[in-house]
Amino acid sequence: MEMIPYTVEARKDTGLYNAKLGIWLFLASEVMLFGGLFSSYILLRLGAPVWPHGKDVLNVPLGTFNTMVLISSSVTMVLAWVALKQKNFPKFKATLGLTILCSLLFMVVKGFEYGAKFSHGIFPRENTYYAIYYTLTGLHALHIIGGVVVLAYFWGPGSKMWLTQPERFTNRIEVVGLYWHFVDLVWIFLFPVLYLL
Amino acid sequence: MSQSNHDHHPELPFWQKYIFSVDHKVIGIQYGITSLFFLLFGFCLIMLMRWQLAYPEQALPVIGGLFGDARMPGGVMLPEFYNELGAMHGTIMVFLGVVPLAVGAFGNYVVPLQVGAPDMAFPKLNMASYWLYFIGGVIMLFSFFLPGGAASSGWTAYAPLSVIAPIGQTFWLIGMSFLIQSSLLGSVNIIVTIFQLRAKGLTFMRLPFFVWSQLITSFLLLLAFPPLFAASILQLMDRVAGTSFFMPSGLVVSGAPLEVSGGGSVLLWQHLFWFLAHPEVYVLILPALGIVAEVVANNIRKPLWGYKSMVYSIIFLGFMSFIVWAHHMFLTGMGTAISAFFQATTMIISIPSIVVLTALMISLWGGSIRFNTRMLFALAFLPMFGIGGLTGLPLGLAASDIHLHDTYYVIGHFHYVVAPGTIFAMFAGIYHWYPKATGRKMSELLGQLHFWPSFIAMNFIFMPMFIMGLAGVSRRLYDGGAGYAHAQDVLQLNITSSWAAWALGLAQIPFIINFFWSIKNGKKVENDNPWDCTTIEWDTPSPPGHGNFLKEPVVYRGPYEYSVPGAKSDYSPQFVEEIELETPESKTSEQEAV
Repeated sequence: MEMIPYTVEARKDTGLYNAKLGIWLFLASEVMLFGGLFSSYILLRLGAPVWPHGKDVLNVPLGTFNTMVLISSSVTMVLAWVALKQKNFPKFKATLGLTILCSLLFMVVKGFEYGAKFSHGIFPRENTYYAIYYTLTGLHALHIIGGVVVLAYFWGPGSKMWLTQPERFTNRIEVVGLYWHFVDLVWIFLFPVLYLL
Repeated sequence: MSQSNHDHHPELPFWQKYIFSVDHKVIGIQYGITSLFFLLFGFCLIMLMRWQLAYPEQALPVIGGLFGDARMPGGVMLPEFYNELGAMHGTIMVFLGVVPLAVGAFGNYVVPLQVGAPDMAFPKLNMASYWLYFIGGVIMLFSFFLPGGAASSGWTAYAPLSVIAPIGQTFWLIGMSFLIQSSLLGSVNIIVTIFQLRAKGLTFMRLPFFVWSQLITSFLLLLAFPPLFAASILQLMDRVAGTSFFMPSGLVVSGAPLEVSGGGSVLLWQHLFWFLAHPEVYVLILPALGIVAEVVANNIRKPLWGYKSMVYSIIFLGFMSFIVWAHHMFLTGMGTAISAFFQATTMIISIPSIVVLTALMISLWGGSIRFNTRMLFALAFLPMFGIGGLTGLPLGLAASDIHLHDTYYVIGHFHYVVAPGTIFAMFAGIYHWYPKATGRKMSELLGQLHFWPSFIAMNFIFMPMFIMGLAGVSRRLYDGGAGYAHAQDVLQLNITSSWAAWALGLAQIPFIINFFWSIKNGKKVENDNPWDCTTIEWDTPSPPGHGNFLKEPVVYRGPYEYSVPGAKSDYSPQFVEEIELETPESKTSEQEAV
């Protein structure tokens, strides 16, 4: 018997279970983190005499492809949660598996992009454009890696909870899904800012 | 809810019960003891510095030889070591001392009890929060032993100096990152606990003021710390990956041009830093206001005057604290339009603080005040915070700030807020909740021996700084101004300050003895509510067991219903359903007795 209330069912007056409020607060702090970095980008760019156009130095088709991959992963993430709501465990496994594959594909493409730059000897110290490019995409990639670890856990060993506490497990998928959509959203801002503008 | 559950719990092994505990009370005490250690440690750093300030470049007697030739050859402090001490004093006091004590210790221990929760909402995250804090602290301490020593660029770590500083600065950034994650987990936990785990009947306007203050504080920590984390990442990139986020073009160091790409902005660091560090000021003061409100209400035996206006004030204060940060930067050449904006918001934000302080002052009116140790600390807080706050106004106005910026006046101002302000409130809180945590009271005699010398010493430390600052003595001078003509008239005050600081150190001895001695030997509490309080944390056993409450707590009324007309006793606790009314017989018998 769980001692702490509202771990699974929602509290009436707030309409939330604990973890859902928790993840929203966490995401609020993430907004401030990336907000701080985007503000830094703006300030640096405004102060720079010259600033390279993203489309001249980065591979826009690859970036576009990656954006599509990440958006797809968000869609499959929602489908995974819906599958659990419909008590369709095999479908959950398939859709969450697809989410993980998409995110891995994203990382491979990103790694390829990084590798192409490194092979030309372009590192963060090159100029402030590359400095902010590597920092923002690197931090985003760390978020992806963290997310994949958690997703893989829920796909593999963590999914045992479905047998004992299905409702709680569904909540967990919803919470990790919210995080995943946020990581996706960050990229949707990163892509135009770094690749197109 | 808990007693029956509690009985089924197997006895946990020592390391699970006291070291890697998930119980909010144990974690609160861990936070408390660790942060008190850091407060003492940070205070020791400044006591060393005060020697150098009072007697520049004279050998420190007795202990001077212990620090080695790299730091204090012949017992004389080197400027580099002085800078390390200064930077680490600020860092340790703010991030490892006061905030973890105010939020980690009091927030953890008291908030779940005051909202009637069995624990924090996420006990494992709570444990992680403490251990991240612990690791951050160890990294900070360890950095003293690095080549080049600990961080020495001030607690503000201003670029570009911090970027070219020795390796200690890198450890500072990594340590800060741990502390930031720790506070993130802690603040999410406190907010969720307050929103989700409130007891039946505990509506928002029935929350004790302390819970409100913790709620606002947690929102500030949650939203203000990430930009500093962003800044730390950028500075770490500058130091490790050779980027130039904070490095402008054309920097020359020791006669040689720096090999960096340039194009960065030093102002960017200051903006990101102060975006955290100004809300941080309110993180330091809000829990203190919360504790003082609890202690004052309990010892005046009447309701707080203007509870609601106090609550609305701190909500407003929380919002405003995000748009005042650049008043720390009037001298950076931001431009007059920006300065005008920030000085206006700074004047506005002083209003809610004054509302809260005034409400607490008016509350005293007509109360039958119990002058015990915790009340003395709380009462001393009011004028001390008042002095600290009011002396901040000239700093918030760009014109007067030009003269006062970066002088000892600034040091005096914020120390009045934090040292005899917040830290006194923390002491009041320790004396207040100690019986709940241990089942025993702290000694009143030792408490008074702690309070009076501390109170006097604090004022002798910081009052002279206003005078030195007005005379124009800069705050970061290694010799305390001895090398400057304009400082000669006020140099004597350095000696006053220093001796008062050492006296303050001695005045903490009764507290340390009291704190540990009373665990085993303090006077046992006669019941679970020894101070006759009204809030629901006093409805638990002392100390509360796992799960806190013996039966599900239900709240029937507001938090400070003291001396309710017609009631038999002078306090009507939140957790008692039917208040015993005064009968006509008891009234007449009392009158006869009179």
